[in-house]
Amino acid sequence: MIGARRRQGHSGFFALFEHLDSTIDACKALRKAGHKRFRAYAPLPEHHLLEEGLAKKHSPVRVFTLAGAMTGAATGFAFTTWTSLDWPLITGGKPLMSIPAYVVIAFECAILFGALSTVIGLFINAGLPNFRPMVAYHPACSDGSFGVYVTAPPAEAEAVKELLGEFEPAELREDPEGFDV
Amino acid sequence: MAAVDVTNRGALPNPDVGTYEEVNRDILKVLGRPGKGWWMLFGIAAAGVGLFLACWFWQIYKGIGVSGLNAPVGWGVYITTFVFWVGIAHSGTLISAILFLFRAPWRQAIYRASEAMTVFAVMTAGLFPLIHVGRVWHAYWLIPYPNDRFLWPNFRSPLVWDVFAITTYFTVSAVFFYLGTIPDLAAARDHARGLRKRFYQVISLGWRGTDREWHHFSKAYIYLAALATPLVLSVHSVVSWDFAMAIVPGWHTTIFAPYFVAGAIFSGVALVITLAVPMRKFFGLEKYLTVKHFEAMAKLCMLTSAIVLYAYMTEYFLAWYSGEPPERGSFWNRVFGHYWWANWIMLTCNGLVPLMLWFRRVRRSISALFVISIFINIGMWFERYVIIVTSLSHEYEPWAWGLYRPSIVEMGILIGSFCWFGFWFLLFTRLLPPVAIAEMKEVVPPPMRGKETES
Repeated sequence: MIGARRRQGHSGFFALFEHLDSTIDACKALRKAGHKRFRAYAPLPEHHLLEEGLAKKHSPVRVFTLAGAMTGAATGFAFTTWTSLDWPLITGGKPLMSIPAYVVIAFECAILFGALSTVIGLFINAGLPNFRPMVAYHPACSDGSFGVYVTAPPAEAEAVKELLGEFEPAELREDPEGFDV
Repeated sequence: MAAVDVTNRGALPNPDVGTYEEVNRDILKVLGRPGKGWWMLFGIAAAGVGLFLACWFWQIYKGIGVSGLNAPVGWGVYITTFVFWVGIAHSGTLISAILFLFRAPWRQAIYRASEAMTVFAVMTAGLFPLIHVGRVWHAYWLIPYPNDRFLWPNFRSPLVWDVFAITTYFTVSAVFFYLGTIPDLAAARDHARGLRKRFYQVISLGWRGTDREWHHFSKAYIYLAALATPLVLSVHSVVSWDFAMAIVPGWHTTIFAPYFVAGAIFSGVALVITLAVPMRKFFGLEKYLTVKHFEAMAKLCMLTSAIVLYAYMTEYFLAWYSGEPPERGSFWNRVFGHYWWANWIMLTCNGLVPLMLWFRRVRRSISALFVISIFINIGMWFERYVIIVTSLSHEYEPWAWGLYRPSIVEMGILIGSFCWFGFWFLLFTRLLPPVAIAEMKEVVPPPMRGKETES
């Protein structure tokens, strides 16, 4: 069994919010207070939370998509060309290297490689599959609630608690151990 | 903060659903214990899969001679059904990818079911070339691999393009489908208990819904949709080139690619309607699959039906205009020859019956749409039958003309393929959330406290 990653000397705070706006505001306040490594949880891809609350911008997944698609197209062309030259056999009076016909193979390979490398890019960047124990999680976050998880050293614990409490969480849980999530 | 606009992604606000919790409750309840009706259908589907396998094994044991295939008609029910199922697969990716990029306001409720349909339809279609080749144990010869003489497949052949197109399509649509379900599987995991929980724990890949996951997920989803969009248009084009690249009269035309793609979307949307109507009723999803959704799908059928009808007319016109006796003869044979009935079934079901969709009252009547969608399914199967069989039976030389009659084995495999498809679809409705939970929440107003707490 893989263990959860502990953040040494930190305690964890999980605040469960019933409202979207209070979650966004809590995230903004945390960022303003200088917290960088905190997590927000949502039951849907909420753009306001990601863009306004957490100032997320581009995702490196797009590089994987582009690189995969280009590798695929090149592979498709290279493979068809190489195999026709490897065993030169004229069929139907067509040139050995029939580029228009090979476009179809190159196209399909571009899509296939592009899609698979997008998935790899997603898995690497989003840390999936993640079979570590579900610490710092609340099942309501896949239902109708939002959540925020912050870790803080003992000196800042009170301040974090106060900051989160300001946004009226439905539940504020304090774990003696903080985790990297 | 600024007021959150629910329609920010062009979604159709759903007034019947109030909260996120309601979405989870209504959709996850479908995954409960199946009723008698489900077991009955599942039993029929399983029996049909048995018939399918029995017929196939019989054909493998006795040889391809147990089918009606012979010179000159070497492609019959198997290839017809192959094209039919590839066509069915198209609407799923259309609804999930193309309508996603276009921000169509009605796709959320329906796309999961149609994507599942895509995956299962390609799984069904993919079996047919294997059945058709006869000696299935040599089917791997289609795949380029370094054999002992380093002899490679002929990449100038559309049949090899097809191998690439179909395998790519299956892989990409399965990946797209699975990726979209991961957040919903996490919702099912948090809801389930016991063995089911373990199952969802594994297949949800430990999804937690963190900002990091959602951020990359929503971007990856867009890129996959952007890749799937040209793919869906290319796959049926490649299938159409299996025909159009040959010099058979009735096949050798340039309109085949757009004509096939329009026909594929036409038949696929019709099958989505056929499946969504009972699903909505049995699982109590009336709140989610509303009349508006069905009307939008009906409009899509209306449009593609018009394109298909236009393609039929263009074919007749060009056959006449070309002045080529074999081409003219082929089309005359379609309408008045031995297979006239197949052609007229096709024209009635695909051209005439969908004209009713021009009436708003018909488009908004779910029972009418259900009946029309079945007509379209029948018509589209016959369209492929007409294109393949009548063209091959009536080529250039009169002494080479011949007739084809499907055998019992072929009919068994055809019926069995519907059961095989149904088998997977029924399993899907019980194991995976049949409506996208996370995406449905985008059309529900988010819970707001409404207080200004800007500091």
